Amino acid sequence: MTCQSSFIYADDYLTYHFHSDHPFNQQRVSLTKDLLEASHLLSAQDIKGPRIATEDEIALFHAPDYIQAVKKAGHGHLSEEEGLEHGFGTEDTPMFANMHEASSQLVGGTLTAVDEVLQGKSDHALNLGGGLHHGFKRKASGFCIYNDGAIAIKYIREKYDLKVLYVDTDAHHGDGVQWAFYDDPRVCTLSIHETGRYLFPGTGNISERGIKEGHGYSFNIPIDAFTEDESFLSVYESSIRKVAAFFQPDVILTQNGADAHVFDPLTHLCTTAAAFERIPLIAHELAHQYCNGRWIALGGGGYDMWRVVPRAWGQIWSVMKTGDIQKASLPDKWLSKWQTESPVELPITWEDPRNIVPNIPRKDDITEKNEKVLQSAMKYAQDRSANM
Amino acid sequence: MLVEEIMKTEVKTLSPTATIADALKLLREEPIRHIPIINKDNQVIGIVSDRDVRDASPSIFDDGSNQHQLNKEIQSIMSHPVITVHPLDFVEEVARIFYDETFACLPVVSNNTLAGVITEKEMLYTLIQLTGTNVQSSQIEIKVPHRPGILPEVAAVFGHRKTNITSVLMYPYNDDPNYKILVFRIQTMNPVPLIQDLRDAGYELMWPNNIAEPKV
Repeated sequence: MTCQSSFIYADDYLTYHFHSDHPFNQQRVSLTKDLLEASHLLSAQDIKGPRIATEDEIALFHAPDYIQAVKKAGHGHLSEEEGLEHGFGTEDTPMFANMHEASSQLVGGTLTAVDEVLQGKSDHALNLGGGLHHGFKRKASGFCIYNDGAIAIKYIREKYDLKVLYVDTDAHHGDGVQWAFYDDPRVCTLSIHETGRYLFPGTGNISERGIKEGHGYSFNIPIDAFTEDESFLSVYESSIRKVAAFFQPDVILTQNGADAHVFDPLTHLCTTAAAFERIPLIAHELAHQYCNGRWIALGGGGYDMWRVVPRAWGQIWSVMKTGDIQKASLPDKWLSKWQTESPVELPITWEDPRNIVPNIPRKDDITEKNEKVLQSAMKYAQDRSANM
Repeated sequence: MLVEEIMKTEVKTLSPTATIADALKLLREEPIRHIPIINKDNQVIGIVSDRDVRDASPSIFDDGSNQHQLNKEIQSIMSHPVITVHPLDFVEEVARIFYDETFACLPVVSNNTLAGVITEKEMLYTLIQLTGTNVQSSQIEIKVPHRPGILPEVAAVFGHRKTNITSVLMYPYNDDPNYKILVFRIQTMNPVPLIQDLRDAGYELMWPNNIAEPKV
């Protein structure tokens, strides 16, 4: 299957930069682009520059006083106290120069991806600079300033009036997007994440199902620490299929955080490259089954920038562009270019060897528990087409 | 935490001369399982639970000949005297009464009159708030020797990183009196530097941060 796809990118994405020791580093996006180019999967015709989101567009989700505070903070005019009130100046989300401009471009990238797909120019579009799902209406948090996913969904609702399925496979709960549409039955959110028992932000319980008309349109699958590929994929595949059949979306928006990998330093999940092969394959299949192909994919978390993120995100583009995943060796050109800069040894194949996953003594318990969580979370996801 | 901070102040009550049918109706219409019985001066003279009322009601298989029993006065089946608590009692003490007496509801009495009720539901909600998350945070559990000064020592590690602590709990380590588990919820998405600091300082971390390799 060959689909028309757009890769949204600008070197300026690197200006979204907190400081050199911060785990969130947008060099991940350029490393991925470089890998795809070296693999002959990405050419200049595929790449589309992001536009800059306007203040009105950002205000589709964020409060105007918050936007003003972000602007002031980026020019050094915001006091520490005012900053903390809006969630920046913390270790997680420090202020940095021109943060409004840098963030507006990430949002603009996601809006460009939306327009590419919904104006029919592309079947799929990928903005790896986006996926900042922790941003709140008037508060920055968890490395996120503007929540491009939430803004994009508001934009789709307003401009195109389509039903949106948002699927979030970041290891952290997609709280900002969930709360933004908690009462909206036209937007369905599905988040699969490590349980909030230990991990930030702590929410994402099965019982968070939406309120008012939106009740039954928020799905949360909190999986156990040390979950491995098999259980992760079983839960992912089963839930996304059921939720898509239940909701019958017009367009699918995925947040593709790559921090569920065993190498990721911030989370306790234990998946490998195999998980990041199936994630885009199934999203792609369902986009064609329900949405005439309309699929927009975003980046997100992912804090092993060298060994994990380029391959995980590279597979999304591979699926968009060729309909299939990449296998076997990574291009020598990419390896030799980056090995000197990487503090860790780079993997040499798209796949991971099995032995990178530690022996988890309670694997069977974890699998059983995740299965129970899945059953309970899917309680209200009845397939509507089957009942007709 | 005091009872008055979590008690429910809108209370459905009945007078002693109300009928069992009145009580049955109230229990069906309201999401409650206990009804304090009060006199004209708003003093608690008894309490009935949904079980008391059902015990006094005819069976669903009844042919209707015993329906008149529902017209009996509620004071004929109410429990009395009633154990009550005061608004300034500690929530922990109320939990102890619930546990010891296997009650699920206590009237709160002040100046001899009914001020509210506290039920298992409010108690559990308080517990959820104590241990759960109402702000975005990460949780870290640390096993420490049970000795004076240990809490500020550990807390200082968070302070040095300017990381805000949103809640602290301390509980026993199995049956070993020489250790305690400290549970911190901290306002950060990136606990990695802190976990490293804690390890470097020689503290023992609990699940899921106790597996060092290959996870940091």
